[in-house]
Amino acid sequence: MLGNPKNSSDMAPGSPSRWHFFWFSSPKTFYPLAGKLIPFFAALSAVLCAIGLYISFFVAPTDAQQGDAYRIIFIHVPAAWMSMFLYVVMACWAALGLVLNTRMSAMMASAIAPTGALFTFIALWTGALWGKPTWGAWWVWDARLTSELILLFLYFGFMALEGAIDDARRADKACAILAIVGVVNVPVIYFSVKWWNTLHQGASISMKAAPSMAATMLVGMLIMALAFWMYSIAVILSRVRCIILTREWRNDWVAELLGAKR
Amino acid sequence: MNWGNWSNFWAMGGYGLYVWGSFAVTLLAILIEVGMLSARRTRILGELGTQATFRNNTD
Repeated sequence: MLGNPKNSSDMAPGSPSRWHFFWFSSPKTFYPLAGKLIPFFAALSAVLCAIGLYISFFVAPTDAQQGDAYRIIFIHVPAAWMSMFLYVVMACWAALGLVLNTRMSAMMASAIAPTGALFTFIALWTGALWGKPTWGAWWVWDARLTSELILLFLYFGFMALEGAIDDARRADKACAILAIVGVVNVPVIYFSVKWWNTLHQGASISMKAAPSMAATMLVGMLIMALAFWMYSIAVILSRVRCIILTREWRNDWVAELLGAKR
Repeated sequence: MNWGNWSNFWAMGGYGLYVWGSFAVTLLAILIEVGMLSARRTRILGELGTQATFRNNTD
């Protein structure tokens, strides 16, 4: 997104070539932008969630084999997707922060970690509740389940490491390395059902083959995935605003902002 | 409508515990996350507000 350079004090006049790409990489400009975006994404998430839940329970038919227990997948699959997707996004921000040394990137990475952990937990929890009636076991040490559990520990490790290092900039670097190394686990989770003979079924949706489920089930799942996605954006933006305030509070713009509120 | 009446809906074809256990915990987790975030924001704004007042009074 391009910002309006007219308001920038640090820009030489008449230098459109410096129209920045980095405009919103400054906490000062990103903080109010995030504040404006949060209600939009929150509302979108609520609407999509309502539609998704309606389809999950009232439109999608009962599954011939699994009965109504299959309805758990309307949150299980989207949560599992989000858990992997958020990890990759977190690792990208962390890598960007490490390479470009931009403050916002590291703050984005640490804002993502708790929400990623939340979706990983939901994926594991709903998976257990689906596994019990369907497989007869809450948990098996299957490659898919085990690698997803490792993902949860990677998120926890990231947060613990961040909390253990007092200097925020040093913590950013250590966490970035952890996040980048841990990203190898994501393809392992995704392809585990192909690489190993797992109890967990194969991918629900494949790029190559036609979906193996009823169209309404697929639509419900995709809408729930979008709802989780929008929710994640709203929550992560709101968390990054907290992180910006705790890290940047010494700067004048924070004082001005708070002064304007009073 | 798949269910005919509400008790069928809550029973989920005998899988009520598993289905509602999944959806309820997901909802709970989301509520906890949103609640913690809102408490965090209130706390930070409160602390920064106190500091600003202190600074103004000592200037």
